[in-house]
Amino acid sequence: MNFTLRVWRQEQRDVPGRFERYSVSDIEPDESLLEMFDGLNDRLILLGERPIAFDSDCREGICGACSMTIDGRPHGPGHGTTTCQIYMRQFDDGATITIEPFRAAAFPVIRDLIVDRSALDRIQQAGGYTGVGAGPKPEPNANPVSPEDAEEAIDAAICIGCGACVAACPNSAAMLFTGAKVTHLGRLPQGQPGRFTRVQDMVDQMDAEGFGGCTNFGECEAACPKEISIRVIGRLNRDYLIGVLYHPRNPRGGMKPQ
Amino acid sequence: MNLDARIPDGPIEEKWRIWKDNHELVGPRARGQLEVAIVGTGLAGASAAATLAGMGYKVQAFCFQDSARRAHSIAAQGGINATKDYSNDGDSVHRLFADTMKGGDFRAREANVWRLAELSTEIIDQAVAQGVPFNREYGGLLATRSFGGVLVERTFYVRGQTGQQLLLGAYGALSRQIRAGRVEMHTRHEMLDIVVCDGPARGIVARDLVTGETRSYPADAVVLATGGYSNVYFLSTNAMGCNVTAAWRAYKRGAGMANPCFTQIHPTCIPATGEHQAKLTLMSESLRNDGRVWVPRSADETREPNDIPDGDRYYFLEETYPRYGNLVPRDVASRAAKHVCDQGLGVGPTGRAVFMDFQDAIAVRGEREIESRYGNLFELYEQITGESPWRVPMRIYPAPHYAMGGLWVDYTLQTTIPGLFAIGECNFSDHGSNRLGASAMMQCLADGYFVLPHTVTDYLARQEDPHADPTHAAFAETEAEVEKRLERLLSIDGSTPTRHIHHELGKLLIDVCGISREGVKLERALDELPAIREQFWSDVKIGGDARSLNQSLEYAGRVADFLELAELMCRDALVRDESCGCHLREEHQTADGEPVRDDERFAHVAVWEYAGPESEPLRHAEQLEFKEMQPKARSYR
Repeated sequence: MNFTLRVWRQEQRDVPGRFERYSVSDIEPDESLLEMFDGLNDRLILLGERPIAFDSDCREGICGACSMTIDGRPHGPGHGTTTCQIYMRQFDDGATITIEPFRAAAFPVIRDLIVDRSALDRIQQAGGYTGVGAGPKPEPNANPVSPEDAEEAIDAAICIGCGACVAACPNSAAMLFTGAKVTHLGRLPQGQPGRFTRVQDMVDQMDAEGFGGCTNFGECEAACPKEISIRVIGRLNRDYLIGVLYHPRNPRGGMKPQ
Repeated sequence: MNLDARIPDGPIEEKWRIWKDNHELVGPRARGQLEVAIVGTGLAGASAAATLAGMGYKVQAFCFQDSARRAHSIAAQGGINATKDYSNDGDSVHRLFADTMKGGDFRAREANVWRLAELSTEIIDQAVAQGVPFNREYGGLLATRSFGGVLVERTFYVRGQTGQQLLLGAYGALSRQIRAGRVEMHTRHEMLDIVVCDGPARGIVARDLVTGETRSYPADAVVLATGGYSNVYFLSTNAMGCNVTAAWRAYKRGAGMANPCFTQIHPTCIPATGEHQAKLTLMSESLRNDGRVWVPRSADETREPNDIPDGDRYYFLEETYPRYGNLVPRDVASRAAKHVCDQGLGVGPTGRAVFMDFQDAIAVRGEREIESRYGNLFELYEQITGESPWRVPMRIYPAPHYAMGGLWVDYTLQTTIPGLFAIGECNFSDHGSNRLGASAMMQCLADGYFVLPHTVTDYLARQEDPHADPTHAAFAETEAEVEKRLERLLSIDGSTPTRHIHHELGKLLIDVCGISREGVKLERALDELPAIREQFWSDVKIGGDARSLNQSLEYAGRVADFLELAELMCRDALVRDESCGCHLREEHQTADGEPVRDDERFAHVAVWEYAGPESEPLRHAEQLEFKEMQPKARSYR
């Protein structure tokens, strides 16, 4: 198969970028999109040109590193797949394919198709955990969890932190990502302590990073490679409201996380 | 090379308690003055960093990915073993110990394996308290299932994503310590050397992969949690970035490398489709419960698989191993698949694949039952291959998966360099010559949460002056050496991309040091490998510079180390003139093709010492003692 690629090239953050065209030929239908990029990069290296920088690691859809916007869609055609799970047989022979980075104000471009998603790490650091160290723990079966709660927690916990939800959202909101963590911990008994302050801390961080708010476009759910339901945003909003109304933070003047 | 494993005296079930009761402590105030560098933030590294920081140490953590959550631990599917005995089927610490020793074909250290089995239950307690959403039974209690070659149900799981959830638990704990200011996290940083100051390790040199800045980070103790090296084979189930560089730098600075030839080739992976392929994807071992593995009896078969009648199909596992059938252990299944493909019976475009067929299972159990057992795996397979296992048999082939070999460590997980520790897959300690399913995550978390924090404390408490001196000449010297090596790589300017050389290396290595090994072939490979290395250092083309993001340079540096590692693997495989676990020497098998161990000569850990660029490395041995369990032969017929 043969394709024309329009690829976003940008030397570094805060300099203008542009689209460059590349022709690729004799591509096997079973070749993955990223393998095609590997081959193209080898060619560029031999020509003495700078190869196209992009993130990828596990190449089986679980690490969340790969992050291309393909023909306007984060992670490209197909449902429930990441960029690394896109194969060239999914495109028409001779097609022109446009490849851009995940775009959002909170995801500055590092180079070409690589963006800085550390804002998502910082939301997690603001409260996405239970407060346990590595000392002795209670017997886990002393605290049963109904299978329905466990299932809903898992459905949210499978988030891979890729940021496609942000890239797909017209508001660049990170609420599917944040809501997934809030839902995961909020559905389990271990997540109850701090449930209503955690959500406030995480939302504050989300705002501070420059992510927008949810106005129910639903693009996040459609782009999510793990098909996480937009219901987690409902849970986020509910816990946030309860938190703000009934669980104000720092009631006695500041407690630092231990 | 001092290979004293420093195993505490006393009965095996008391050793770890005795060690903990007697180790030296660091006072709470002093801990804040001590700094530990941790390289790699997968299950082992993240759990160790979070725990040490929680105790009050200052921690510097490094990973080459853009976030600690992306480490390849995240891809582990099946589960994690623990001797909770919730299913009341008679499990115990002793049984997990015995299964692990036997699974490793008696090439692991008894005291370490016992400690691992003992700590397994605490890991589950820890993970549940962190909010890891393990699968539950209807009463709300934790669910367990059984796993390859074991007679009890001791594997805890979160769907097929156990590794992801355990890693996110550890990542959460790490995130909390980062927020508290006790861990300084360096993402997109790659360790390129360790700094050794007159004996002990006192820091690392790392390159910022975005700015290109290379500098040293002094530390009072250094921990490597950098994973396995199966990417040396080019095609493996590892992530693209998995590499041996950190461990290899440690080896070249004097750390012993143990059993480098012990690598596990996992039998059920989606086969390569062509030269373009960059990596291989694992299909869960559980499929072999219902999938029947076969190839056509005739090499000239041209019919579609569904049109081939039973009589013309060769169900080679069922025929050769009637007792275990398709459920033989990983090493046995991999060898059998390679054998039939070598005979020309392989299927698919490359001839390197066998069928795994579910038609009989679908007919007997019904579509619904199969859907509930394997629906997501069928979907994953179809996504990658474009073929539906509902209609045509899956094609599978073994692929390099896990490295049992790694840096030699004593009972305290310390390498032969004082103050340098190795945890998780990058050490050699617990799995002998073959790892059992669902044991890798158990080892990573036992090391990180429960063993290393105590042993690092003991080490630091025993130092007269535990503090690294950042003005020591070794820091500037090591930085300069790293810079020089980067410059040398960039100056080659040949005409071959790194990937081609890596591919060539992989083809050679999988042939001679993969599923089976043979003396003459290994000798030939030892002649050929220097030529590939020479080609790399004279003809590779990298491009760009070292002063900014340069993925091509990162990759070339890793491959340069793989080229040297490959030679050591072949050397190790050649000297180990016996078959054991995943290391099958063609010369040492029964008439039926079963491996034959040589406990007289090889009941030891082979530890290699680097002797400089011009000399052959030295081989030392740590003799293994079997007091709890006497080595026996394994048979699955």
